Amino acid sequence: MNNDLLFDFNVDKAAKTIFITREFNAGLPLVWDAFTKKEILDKWAAPAPMRCETKYLDFKVGGRRFYAMISPGGQERWVLQKYTSITPKTNFKLYNSFADKDENPELPGSEWDHNFSEQNGITKVNISIFNESLERMESLSEGFRKGYTAMLANLDDMFTALSKNHKIFFFNHI
Amino acid sequence: MKTDIFQAIADPTRRAILTLIAIQALTPNTMAQKFDMSRQAVSKHIKVLHECELIKPEQSGREIYYHFNAKKMQEFDHWLAQFRRNWEIQFNQLDEVLSTIKEQRK
Repeated sequence: MNNDLLFDFNVDKAAKTIFITREFNAGLPLVWDAFTKKEILDKWAAPAPMRCETKYLDFKVGGRRFYAMISPGGQERWVLQKYTSITPKTNFKLYNSFADKDENPELPGSEWDHNFSEQNGITKVNISIFNESLERMESLSEGFRKGYTAMLANLDDMFTALSKNHKIFFFNHI
Repeated sequence: MKTDIFQAIADPTRRAILTLIAIQALTPNTMAQKFDMSRQAVSKHIKVLHECELIKPEQSGREIYYHFNAKKMQEFDHWLAQFRRNWEIQFNQLDEVLSTIKEQRK
């Protein structure tokens, strides 16, 4: 992790858009590949301890990427992305929606726009996500998150139980 | 179809109503007076705000007072914070992946 690299996250609720900006310590062609090639995407594009597995990715206008986000318990959430516009090494847009395992999208989804630029070996990526209903987007991702949160809550319980037994120990060491 | 919270707050009058009742719970009549609007117009705004749970009614004697439901906004902000955190984690993972690939190509 490099703390000098810019990370920006802004939300315009009235415009129903989320803006994300991040810099990477790598040249543009490599960062472009990291966002558009299945083999690299599967290495980073889900927040640990979740992982993602791309079933197929056809990077061309009208082509699609179909992948699963997989929780540590093996629960799968499928996502379908359709590429709507591509300007090589500069910009690509896609339409993102959750889907069932048979590739039927849950509409409406959201419109994602990615912009790439490089300066002095640092590549900046700007992403904007437009969703007709941010509230709906919340409820859709919430279903998946809850399953995952339930697992974390189990851990919390365990820690609480442990710390109760060790209360005296903790007080003595604060 | 139920109104989305963001559609609800996109309207300037509804934003003004929310700002006002965030300070103090009000009856529909008081709202109508403060905004110089008809009771009917106020009722429409109340209906929208109530549907998306941004305000909640409370009966007090013969009057109904509307309160601001801050929890509704917080729920969404909580989700956004989580969403932001997920991106942060993913990008940190990507930093690692990029440096590994660069190392391999040397």
